[in-house]
Amino acid sequence: MPLYYDDDQVMLAETANQFMGEEGSIKNQLRHWRDRNCKDGFGHGLWKQFAEMGFTGMLVGEEDGGLGMGQVEANIVLEEIGRNLTPSPFLSSSVLAATALKHGSNDVRGRWLPDLISGDKVYAVAIDEGVKHRPERIACKAEKSGNGFRLTGKKDFVVYGASSEMIVVAARTSGSDGDADGVTLFAVPQDAAGMSHDSVRLVDSSMASHITFDGVELDGDAVIGEVDGGREVLNAMLMAGRIGTAAEGVGVARGAMDMTVDYIKQRKQFGKLIGEFQALQHRAAHLYSEVEIARAVTIKAAQLLDGGSEKADLMASVAKAKVAKVAGLAVREGVQMHGGIGMTDEYDIGLYMKRDRALQEFLGDQYYHANRVAELSGY
Amino acid sequence: MSDSDLDAFRAETRAWLEANCPPEMREPVRDEDDVYWGGRNAKFKNDAQKAWFEACVAKGYTVPAWPKEYGGAGLSPAEAKVLREEMSRIGARPPLSSFGIWMLGPALLHFGTEGQKQRFLNEIARGEIRWCQGYSEPGSGSDLVSLQTYGEDKGDHWVVNGQKIWTSYADKADWIFCLVRTDKENKYQGITFMLYDMASAGVSTKPILLISGSSPFCETFFDDVKVPKSYGEDVPAYVGQVNRGWDVAKYLLGHEREMISGADGGDRTSAIGAAMLRLSGELDPVLRAELAQFDVDALAYAAMGEKFLDEIKVGKAHPAQPNMMKYAGTELNKRRHELMMAAGGTRALEWDSEETGGGKPSRNWLRTKANSIEGGTSEVMLNVISKRILDLPGA
Repeated sequence: MPLYYDDDQVMLAETANQFMGEEGSIKNQLRHWRDRNCKDGFGHGLWKQFAEMGFTGMLVGEEDGGLGMGQVEANIVLEEIGRNLTPSPFLSSSVLAATALKHGSNDVRGRWLPDLISGDKVYAVAIDEGVKHRPERIACKAEKSGNGFRLTGKKDFVVYGASSEMIVVAARTSGSDGDADGVTLFAVPQDAAGMSHDSVRLVDSSMASHITFDGVELDGDAVIGEVDGGREVLNAMLMAGRIGTAAEGVGVARGAMDMTVDYIKQRKQFGKLIGEFQALQHRAAHLYSEVEIARAVTIKAAQLLDGGSEKADLMASVAKAKVAKVAGLAVREGVQMHGGIGMTDEYDIGLYMKRDRALQEFLGDQYYHANRVAELSGY
Repeated sequence: MSDSDLDAFRAETRAWLEANCPPEMREPVRDEDDVYWGGRNAKFKNDAQKAWFEACVAKGYTVPAWPKEYGGAGLSPAEAKVLREEMSRIGARPPLSSFGIWMLGPALLHFGTEGQKQRFLNEIARGEIRWCQGYSEPGSGSDLVSLQTYGEDKGDHWVVNGQKIWTSYADKADWIFCLVRTDKENKYQGITFMLYDMASAGVSTKPILLISGSSPFCETFFDDVKVPKSYGEDVPAYVGQVNRGWDVAKYLLGHEREMISGADGGDRTSAIGAAMLRLSGELDPVLRAELAQFDVDALAYAAMGEKFLDEIKVGKAHPAQPNMMKYAGTELNKRRHELMMAAGGTRALEWDSEETGGGKPSRNWLRTKANSIEGGTSEVMLNVISKRILDLPGA
């Protein structure tokens, strides 16, 4: 498969670009909801529009009422989300939760997927337990109880958790913290007794929860996939999520870079456009190269995942790490090259820096993934 | 071409390679003479090299994408990709290395007359003439258009005087493609792209010893060299038009940058950290972290290389994209060798031991420092990206 978009994908990219640039723009969404201190951190009206555009269920199979598209298509949408800093549950609901639910039984899929596709409900995923992403270690416990399970423990960094009607929770049904086996995924409804959210606003003005499960009783049919065999589902979910996060990061990087390059073509100092200065030109050109490379490897990772390649896992980590390095560079150069105005809240470049910081931590930062690249490569 | 046609071509190619590529030619290239360079005085290193070369010439596989009438195999881009993949699958060495293939050939295909194509392209495909490139001068490196080598018009010939530098393998080349000023008044439109014999009276070369201790480069001197304007009907001694050689040179620089970026980083798709671990037995955690960061960049760059080639094939790549590939690829390659030296430790410092094959690690490391200088410095690449891709103003 060539590493560029086919005609359908080009069309999708144009559609997503226009939609996100208009409806999902920084002014209409991020600033709008932030300035109202919205408890959800995103607009439900826009989310319904996502559904009308066919975005919400794009990764859901056609037999379940979705569009049956792949990661490449989801990434196209995510890149535009990143470019416009559009707050939405797309990554957590339509990529992560949708990927997990794909592995569910007919009952599980039938119960949760229609509302995901219609945009009536949004879902979240609960993986991390602590301030850094360490999915190898799952301590949250789900013990057998009657016909179901009893869930006890804590989860952190559950993005849009308090606004979600269902949360996919990775818990331990046997073994101990670091074991690969013994993990099970559960679809936990929002109204489950014993679950509490401590919801906090993050630096990028999105919302995330610390969740406590205090003996939450779950039916047997809350299980997604196999009991004790959830690691496989979790890994599939993480891979899609990491590649998706990389795509959103590419969007952030491109958005910040475009804004910065435009700015240095207009801003004058010492009687010259600052874009004439070679010190800035070389840094801008270096940034351009890095952004192109980050984008290429992200498309590559998505294609490998869609093609069912064994290399997808390695390339997911390469993409996540590369994008984190590059988007970080893009936002830092962005703020610096803007000078004083880059430090103001009124101007948008700083918003890119904030979003990038949150995306860097989501599903593993560049150090976590570079380490993973080393391990997967045998050193 | 349909997928099933391509599959058939792949099967056919695989069988042909199996039958024609000797096992000795499936080993990694370690020395310069592991690859055949062709030319009047060329010698094969062994029978396997000769057999492999001759089989490829007969099939048109020294230049697979060139038309058949010029010595190629006339493969479509998709077929050429299949051939590359199949050759790389068995680790086949290139049958012929040559500046004729990489540089002059593409220029002639684009700008040459039919007579020039018939003669020179076939010679190149058959490895009969070894070419060198006369671009840089002592005062004209990155600022190539300031070159001073002058060809005085004498009617049916020019008399060329001047000096070139960094002419790779000039001491081993049979012919040169050379940028010569033919109009002193006009900076850009006063250069002619000439082709002439290195055996002509007045041409001399002198190798330049480099920090790596070896010398692919030469200084080349022209002292009243007589260059005829034509080598026969429809075979002019210059490519394109007189005084418009800059167009040809610019076109070729694009090819050169593609080639350098491809050779130095574009086709490496596996992590180096594991190899470095084997080399040093144990990796310091900080070095391991550096290697991991490097591998992230290198694997990402490999994806970019693939994307770039795919886009070139369908004309989607930005014309200045080779500059970006060259910049990123050569900087990456320098970093690779810094890390290899660090992982190699004191063994990598040995300059003449048998274990290091005569100091290969350190010589290669030193050689890579030229990557971001030759074919246009990294700084020039960044200038081009700034102007032509980002459209930044001025200067």
